[in-house]
Formats: sequence, structure tokens, C-alpha cells
Amino acid sequence: MADITTSGTDGPRRTSLTESSAKVAKRKRADLILQGFGIAAILAAFTVLFILVASLVTTGYSAFVQTHVTMDVYIDPAEIPEDGLPRGGFQDVLTASLLGSLPDADPETDARAVRNILSNGAQFYLRDRVVADPSLIGQTISITVPVADPFDQLNKGNVDRATPEEQRRVNDREVAWFDALDEAGMIATPLNIGLLTNADSRFPELAGLRGALVGTFWALLTCFLIAFPIGIGAAIYLEEFAPRNRISDFIEVNINNLAAVPSVVFGLLALAVFLNWFGLPRSAPFVGGLTLALMTMPTIIIATRAALKAVPPSIREAALGIGASKQQVVFGHVLPLAMPGILTGTIIGLAQALGETAPLLLIGMNAFITSAASSPFDASTALPTQIFIWADSPERGFVSRTSAAILVLLAFLVLMNGIAIYLRNKFERRW
Amino acid sequence: MTLLAFLILAALAVAAFVLNRTAARAIQAGGTRTHSLAYFHGLYALLAVLVPVFILICIFLVLKTPVINAMVIGGLPDAEIAGLPRGEVDLILATIQSITRGQTFGTPPDWQLAAAERLTTLYATADILLVIVVAALSAAILFLVRRQVAAEFRARQAAEHIVLGLMISCSLVAILTTIGIVFALVFEAYRFFEMVPFTDFLFGTSWEPQIPIRADQIAAVGAFGWLPVILGTVVIATIAMFIATPIGLLTAIYLNEFAPHALRAVVKPVLEILSGVPTVVYGFFAVLVVAPALRGTGADLGFAVSSNTALAAGGVMGIMLIPFISSFADDALTAVPRSLRDGSLALGATRGETMLKVLFPAAIPGIVGGVLLAVSRAIGETMIVVMAAGLIARMTINPLDSVTTVTVQIVTLLIGDTAFDNPKTLAAFALGLMLFILTLGINVLALRIVRKYREIYD
Repeated sequence: MADITTSGTDGPRRTSLTESSAKVAKRKRADLILQGFGIAAILAAFTVLFILVASLVTTGYSAFVQTHVTMDVYIDPAEIPEDGLPRGGFQDVLTASLLGSLPDADPETDARAVRNILSNGAQFYLRDRVVADPSLIGQTISITVPVADPFDQLNKGNVDRATPEEQRRVNDREVAWFDALDEAGMIATPLNIGLLTNADSRFPELAGLRGALVGTFWALLTCFLIAFPIGIGAAIYLEEFAPRNRISDFIEVNINNLAAVPSVVFGLLALAVFLNWFGLPRSAPFVGGLTLALMTMPTIIIATRAALKAVPPSIREAALGIGASKQQVVFGHVLPLAMPGILTGTIIGLAQALGETAPLLLIGMNAFITSAASSPFDASTALPTQIFIWADSPERGFVSRTSAAILVLLAFLVLMNGIAIYLRNKFERRW
Repeated sequence: MTLLAFLILAALAVAAFVLNRTAARAIQAGGTRTHSLAYFHGLYALLAVLVPVFILICIFLVLKTPVINAMVIGGLPDAEIAGLPRGEVDLILATIQSITRGQTFGTPPDWQLAAAERLTTLYATADILLVIVVAALSAAILFLVRRQVAAEFRARQAAEHIVLGLMISCSLVAILTTIGIVFALVFEAYRFFEMVPFTDFLFGTSWEPQIPIRADQIAAVGAFGWLPVILGTVVIATIAMFIATPIGLLTAIYLNEFAPHALRAVVKPVLEILSGVPTVVYGFFAVLVVAPALRGTGADLGFAVSSNTALAAGGVMGIMLIPFISSFADDALTAVPRSLRDGSLALGATRGETMLKVLFPAAIPGIVGGVLLAVSRAIGETMIVVMAAGLIARMTINPLDSVTTVTVQIVTLLIGDTAFDNPKTLAAFALGLMLFILTLGINVLALRIVRKYREIYD
């Protein structure tokens, strides 16, 4: 105030009102520019997320349906004798049926090309049905089998018919055959249940995620069973019981650092210790779960400590006041109240573990395995490693399968995070 | 059989709980006050049986396979394995194991069949032994703790001691993990440096890990100089940080100071989604969208762009790091005391000036900590580079060239065949050790900066 009165004697202002407003306008403009940059940055992040999701959806949606051909097959006893089961000329029978539907194909010279319209796995569909019911031999049955990947792509419009014939995997005659089958109403594109119920395969039209889903289930179960109790135990000790000394400090720093160790290093640990020294089986979801547990534990410990900290001291003091021991206070009062927060943190930790790929690659969970694991000690893949395997496969059909598998993985992540958010909103108490 | 052992243990532990609780109740019913509640007598018995026997089973399971394998190898006729290197002995062992599973190729020699027989017998004996030992030990402890029940026995303290011990062991797991990491890396890296001199590794400018598998094979001799590999890592991490830092910081600044509440409520969850996307998804995105786009643009402009450029991998990695940096910076800005902001605004500064000249400088330590953690993540990130970066190590800093990284080399060296006796496999551990040291150094530095900063304002 004193300044203003003294300067007031020389004149009211050093700068005129108009000059000042020009300066103010400039400063305001600078403000707006900064805001503009901020909005641009957010837009950039949003655009990338949009492109990411859009590219996955546009390449992946076609893998959720699968082209099938339905045909009447005469199960020729000459080709499939009953006493020869489960062996028999199933493929020849299927080919004969297709040739019957394609009058312009020559049964002698085109048999091989016509057979290739069907998936290599089609014969096994027929075999399974005949083995289950041998009385079908000699009858004509209607069967629906997947077509081979090139024709699947053709049907889904991923093959441009205008490209020169030699640059396509299907030539003009094959396209004509396929169109003939389509016109005869034999081609259908139902929902691809096989994507979830089939195990992996070299043929994209047969490959599914069953093995990966089962492997991921075992790995996450192992991870949860190990990381959850140990993480909570460690967190309770550090938060409630540990004396404030250098050892506790060291453990704390250790946990924080462990949370930031690159995941591939955990893979090296698992490879050297679990596989090489302990002799645990390679590619087993159990070992994967064990590795993921070590990585998830810091997350669970940090979340649990935060949840324990959030319980107000009045609860502890009241319980102590009526004669409970320190452990009775913690296990009887503090822990139940902190449980929603702990569960939220655990689910988020498991969601991270679900997407972890690198450590699983190092312990061999990227093997090619055509059956689902029946125990956590069987060789298996996991969802993210399956994505990695498919992304590396050259067949066109695997591109859309990879995107579809990613969409399945993201769906699981959204589901888990949704549960975590629901738990947090539903049970979290504010004091 | 292992399951049976666990079941026996569980049954006896529950039996111990019930027995001791009943005994304590009987004392109370007799009119004597017990020191501890009957429940604690039961709990003590349960833990006393469960904990030691459970640990015993775990130790047994860990040691079973190595010990039995050693016994089988020890029992092999000397004439067959004398003078063979370790790898070949392992191969014989694998053959014997596959015989026990019924997978034979041709007729194996008699001594292998005998060994397979022995292996099967040993496994069966071990399982029976486990069940007997578990049952006997549990029963013995049960008997001992049952005798401890008395009015003056401090069962609550005893039980709480065991629980405390369990919790301490849980927190030691974190330390054990770190020790395990360090030990495994140092041990295997040491074996690597026995084969390849340390100075060659540290200062060599050529990385060609393809060594001949057979003696007469014509292949590269193998060179293990890590400089081109770490250079590639630095190139990709730099590209990532060039993208992530400005976008992340500007996002945080806007969200923290300017964004209306509704916008903030939308943007924050979206950024969380972005940070929750698994890296394998980003890797596929780089291969599917970014790399072809870059190649197309390059072709239009007349550049020769390789199919797996550092730019594609680094760019996608930068996208991955945006939410990481923005949330760290947002937290750091929020932690600046309200009084600084109010003071600046009261002096007539615009909100932008307040942000850039007051809040941002005050939050710098936290922001630097976050950026450093992001750098450490960029160096250790694996899947994006495995899928989108190259395999050949080149001494180049051209972002349009294909480079490789430490993590890519670790994964490619260890995928598939992993014999622990050749430098190709062990080189991965040497790289892993360097990676661990590097990221640990950055993390410790970052956490220290963040922590120091918090002390000022809290």
C-alpha cells in the first residue's frame, strides 16, 4: 500500500491502460496456446487409442465367424469299412461328395484341388461322427465342416477378386467352384465357436484358444494362491508389526524396486532357478504362475498396505481398549475392513499378470501344443503367448485370429478391472 | 500321492485343532480358568502341526526330482557314462525318462531299461515315503501338542508367535526374490565370462551370437560385444521418450490446471485403459499398423525404410509410456501445496504462468523421478521390441534402420533350445545382469528423487 501511495505522487501508472491491455492480451494468448498444446496432447493419446482399437476390431471381427460348408456325404463302406475304424478314407469320401456338387470338376484330375477347398481337419469331424456311431456307414448324412483358410478369406472378402490370378492363393477355377457351392446354398458363415473351444493348430481355420485359456487359468490360479496369502502376510507384517528399523526399511525399498524390475528378468530367474536348478517341468502353467506370483506380489503388498493404512486408528484403539491382543485387532477388525481394498489391488495385480508375456516366453510357454493342459504341470501356452505365436505365423488367417485373440484378452482385462472397480465402489468405506 | 500327503496333513491339523480345543474346554468345564481361550489352544495345535510339515512337503517336492535323477545317474553302469560330458549324460537321462513314459524309439539297450525301471521304483518309493513321513510326523506333533494343553499354558502367545513368524517369512520372500535374481544372474553370467572375456563383452562392437553347434559346422565364430545391442536399446528408448515425455507432460499440465471436471473424469480412465493394455498388444499394433504405415510413408517420400524400424518400435513404446508419465506428473503437480498456486494467482499471474513458472518448477523433482522410471521401463520393455524391432545388432543411430535391443537378444537367445553349457545361452544371462544393474540404478535414483521431494512438502 505504501508503494502505491508514493508512486501515486509521480503519476498514477507507469504504463498506460492500452499498453497494459496489449500485454495482458499477449499473456492470455500464451495461456491459450498452452491449453491448445494440452488439448492436442490429449487428442493425440485418444487418437492412438482409437486407431489401436479400430485396427484390432477391423482385422479381428472376421475371426469371430468361420466359413463352413454343409454337404451330404455318402459314407461308402468300400472306403470306410466298419472293422477298420478309426482308420478309413474319410477324406476321399468328403472329396467324392464335393465332386458330386461340382459338375465341371473332373473327378480324376481335379480331386486334389477340390479336396483343398475343405479344411485339413474336415476329415476328423467326419471320423469322430462315424466312430461315435458306426451304424452311419452306408448311409448318406449331412455334415458341416470348415473350409480351408484361403477360401475362408475369400468368403470374408479379404481376397480381392480383381487381383491377378497368380497373386492370389486361390485361382479362378477354385473361385468359380466356391461360388458354385455358395449358390447351391452350401456355404454358411456361423459364429466361430471353435475360436474358444478348439486347441491350437497349424491351420488357421481350426486354431482356437482353448489351450491358451486353460493354461492362463492354471497360471493365474497358481499365481493367486501363492501371491495373495504371501502378499497379505508381508503387508500386514510391514504395516502393523515391523519395528521401524533398517531391516524394515531395506525390505520396503526392496519391494519398491522389485515392482520396477523388468519382467524379462523375472523370466531369467524362473529359467535359471525353477527350471534349471529345481528341475520343474518346462512350459508348465505352474511355473508360469510361480513366476507371475513373484511379479504380482509387490503390487499386492503395496495395495494391501494402502488399504490397511486407510482403516482409521479409532477402530484399532477401540479393539485394543477392550482387551484384544495386537493380532486379534489386526485379524479380527482391521483386515476385514481393509479386505475390499486388498481384493481390488489383487485383481488389478492379476490383470497385469494376465497380460505378461516375456517371462512366459522364457520358460517355454510358447510351445506348439494341440491339446489343453489337464493339470498345471502339463505343457501349455497362455493367452498372451498364444497371441505372440499367432502374430508370428505367416498365414493370412492368423492375422485376424491374432486380433480376435487380443480382443478376447482385452475383454478379460476389462472384465477383471470392472470387477475391481465394482468392488471398490460397493464395499469401500470412507471414514 | 502328493495330494494324499496334503490331505493327511490337513486332516491331522484339523484333528489337532478340535482335540486341543475340546481338551481346553474340558479344563474350563472343570471350573479352572485357562490362561488362553479354548480357541487359541486349538489354533496353536493347528499351526504347530501344519507349518513344519507343510514346509517339509515343499522341501521334499523341490528336492525330489534332482535327487532321484542323481541316484539314477549314479546307478548307471560306469562303462556307459564314463568320460561323457554333462550334456550327454542329461540326454541319457531324458531317454530313460521317456522310456518310463512308454515313449521308446526302437529297442533301448538293457541297461537303459533297467535304469528306467529303477527310476519308476524310486519315484514310487519316494511317494510312499512322503506319505508315511507326513503321517508319522503330523501324528507325533499332534501327540506332543496335545500334552501341552494345561490351564496355565500360554496358547495365545504361542499361536501368535507362529503367526508372526509366518508373516516375517512372507516379507522375506521379497528379499529372497531379489537375492534369487541377483544370484541366478551373477552365477550364470560368471559362467559366461569364463568362456568370453569380460572386456570383450563390455567393449566389443560386434554381436553375433550364432556359434557353431557341431565342431565341423560352418557358421559364424560368434562375437559377444554388447555395445551395438545397448546402442540399439538407447536409440529405441530415446525415440520412446521423445514421444512420451512431451505428450505425457502436456496432458498432465492440461488435466491438472485447465481441464473442466467433466473432461478430467473422461480422460483419466481412458489413460488408465491405455496403461492397462498388455505390451504384447502394443507389439502386434506396431507390426500390424505402425510399421506398414511408416514403410508406406517412407516409400512415398523416397526413403528406404526397413520393415522393422527403430522408429516403429520406439514410437509405439512411447505411446505405451504416455499414461505412465502423465499420471506421475499429475500426482507431482497435485502434491504442490495449494498456497503456492493461490499466491501466484493472487499476484496476477495467469493460470498458464502459474503452471509454467510456479507449479511446474516446484514439481520438477517428482516429474523427473517419473520420467526416469519411464526410461527404466523403456529399457526393460520386451514384447514391443521383440515383435517390432530387428534381430541383427548394428552400430547405428539411424531411427529408420533396424536395430536390436538387450531384451530382444535375451528372448531370442533363450527361445527354444536352452542348453546351459554354451556361451549363446549364457550370454542372455550376462545381458540380463547388465539390464538389471542398469534399471536398478535408474530406479533407485528415481525413487530417491521422488522421496526427497515428498519430504519437502509433506
